[in-house]
Amino acid sequence: MENEKENKSKGSFLTRRRMLQASAIGGAAAFAAACGTGGSNSDSAAPATDSANTDGVNKIVWANWPYYMPIDEATGGFPDLEAFTAETGIEIDYQEVYNDNNEFYATSKPVLDKGQALAYDLVTPTDWMAQLWIKNGYVQEFDKANIPNAANLLASLANVSWDPDRKYSLPYLSGFAGIGWNKAKLKEAIGTDTLTTMDQFFDPKLKGQVLVLSELRDTIPLILGWQGADPTNFTAEEFQKAIDYLQSQVDNKHIVEFNGNDYAAKLEAGDVIAAIGWSGDLAQLGDEYGFDLPVTGGTIYVDNLVIPAGSTQKANVEKLLNYLYDPEVGASIAAGTGYISPVEGAAEVIAKTDPALAANEFVFPTPELLKRAFVTMPFTPEQQADFDAAWAKLIGN
Amino acid sequence: MSIVQESIPVKIKVKKNKTAYYLILPGIGWLVLFFLVPFFTLLATSLQKPAGTTPDDGYLPALRFSNYSSALSEYYPQFFRSFVFSGIATVVCLLLAYPIAYYMATKATKYRNLMLVLIVAPFFASYLLRTNAWKTILSGDSFVVSILNSLNLLPDGRILNTPIAVIAGLVYTFLPFMILPLYASLEKIDIRLIEAAGDLYASPRQSFLNVVWPLSLPGVVSGTLLTFIPASGDYINAELLGSINDKMIGNVIQSQFIDLRNYPTASALSFTFMALILVLVYLYISRAGTDELV
Repeated sequence: MENEKENKSKGSFLTRRRMLQASAIGGAAAFAAACGTGGSNSDSAAPATDSANTDGVNKIVWANWPYYMPIDEATGGFPDLEAFTAETGIEIDYQEVYNDNNEFYATSKPVLDKGQALAYDLVTPTDWMAQLWIKNGYVQEFDKANIPNAANLLASLANVSWDPDRKYSLPYLSGFAGIGWNKAKLKEAIGTDTLTTMDQFFDPKLKGQVLVLSELRDTIPLILGWQGADPTNFTAEEFQKAIDYLQSQVDNKHIVEFNGNDYAAKLEAGDVIAAIGWSGDLAQLGDEYGFDLPVTGGTIYVDNLVIPAGSTQKANVEKLLNYLYDPEVGASIAAGTGYISPVEGAAEVIAKTDPALAANEFVFPTPELLKRAFVTMPFTPEQQADFDAAWAKLIGN
Repeated sequence: MSIVQESIPVKIKVKKNKTAYYLILPGIGWLVLFFLVPFFTLLATSLQKPAGTTPDDGYLPALRFSNYSSALSEYYPQFFRSFVFSGIATVVCLLLAYPIAYYMATKATKYRNLMLVLIVAPFFASYLLRTNAWKTILSGDSFVVSILNSLNLLPDGRILNTPIAVIAGLVYTFLPFMILPLYASLEKIDIRLIEAAGDLYASPRQSFLNVVWPLSLPGVVSGTLLTFIPASGDYINAELLGSINDKMIGNVIQSQFIDLRNYPTASALSFTFMALILVLVYLYISRAGTDELV
């Protein structure tokens, strides 16, 4: 429950144990922060910048998904962010507190509805949630003149229906939801070490050995595509059919759990053999584990950077966004996390430094792969409410 | 001089009384602000009706009692499961805690303080971290599971994601809340009463049943209440250690509040849960008797 997209990253150089340590330390730090005096320690030597922030403080508080930024194993710091601070003098308080779209929305909404400021200057909602934030007027419009590097945004992402011309949001990273598995254990169970179809995933021999992501929009397209529906445009009946099927697999104990935070650790601990999971997580588990989109299709999602209304750090955040859209930085983050960079030119940088990674289609997707990757269709508010309720019931709540 | 001396005690007496009232004021204020007020807002919320078709449209004040019936008819399995799980956990806690508390109270003069510290020590680490640690201890490749599996003791070949794991987690979490009240009441027992029972030819078993057990009842009652009530409202153990079919009512309330923002249903569930607990505790206390409690 805690880290909805835990392990969403860090480079292949980081071991799982290292990560768990980092998570514990992160938890302790968050606790210390909660006990502390709330931001009064931002006085430390903020060098003069010509920023237009209104309160004289140069510190960005960024709420991001856990494990979504490369960590320096030795120091526990984030080299990419440290380089930005060294360059600009703007401090970044990087907090891995964005664990779940619905949860973050539920806690932010009352504050934003009152016109008050959140404790964060930069948040990272997924597409559909970013859409809701923009619709509700919870975000600030970018001054694109301050973000010249935004021109490096991949053309395919430059225009979305809910934010034409990207006035309020810029993609941070994308990833796939597909099937991950433990190769050796899978071979033992079903006689092959590749899992490419949902039929295999629901093979009775894997009873009690599979996990499914607790995020509705990431899991449901895999089932819909397999059942012959179109995940980018499906009806309530088709959705219900997918729910009913999952319910039957819950009832006969094929699916053990709906898990969005430590399913990768559970794969590694041998609790399960296969899981519907996120590409970056599985990529960094190592070679004993496989990941693929099923032949009937998987999910692709984009997480976006938006500046919440009320933040006084807009000009500083725009500098940070400009920095993040530098191809070198984009490449570094993609390489460290195993997720897809939205920055044009990042691929070329990695092709020079790490050709093997550049050939990884889950980090630099090929057109063939993208044909099997669905963006879950946008829900109307009514659909959202109905689907969420049906989903909550399915996952035992 | 003498007049002054006479008037002083009167003054002091008045002052003393007032001081007592002042001293309970913060406590009363706390209860009003953080229990009574939320209690009524929760009650009001539980009767609200949706203003539109989605949670974002908000809710309007109403007297929609059907919130209760629909919440109950939908989630009675989770209610039932919560009380079964926490009931079993309470009994197991009592069986585990009684010998420990008895030993501490009567035998362990030298190590008593050390034992007390050890019992309280787990609280120095976060509850969440401790439960997460259990996940590792009980995971598929762990030695615990390997050993139990090699003895063919696990029907499903696993512990994690089963009711056993949830109940074990509850027992672990709430055991100190059972030990401490038991210890407090056992420690008060006059050892000479046990000796007297022996002198009157009571067997150890008889002297336990007729002397020690009745005298320790206040500890048993408060220990079981302190264990049962929070355990039935717990959701961390079910969330981290259970499977989809082991969710408790706390998980439902959490999900209704946070994931679905269905505040009326969540409030109705909380209220129903509170009422059920009160009824259960009332039945229990009226059987066990409250005199010993205080």
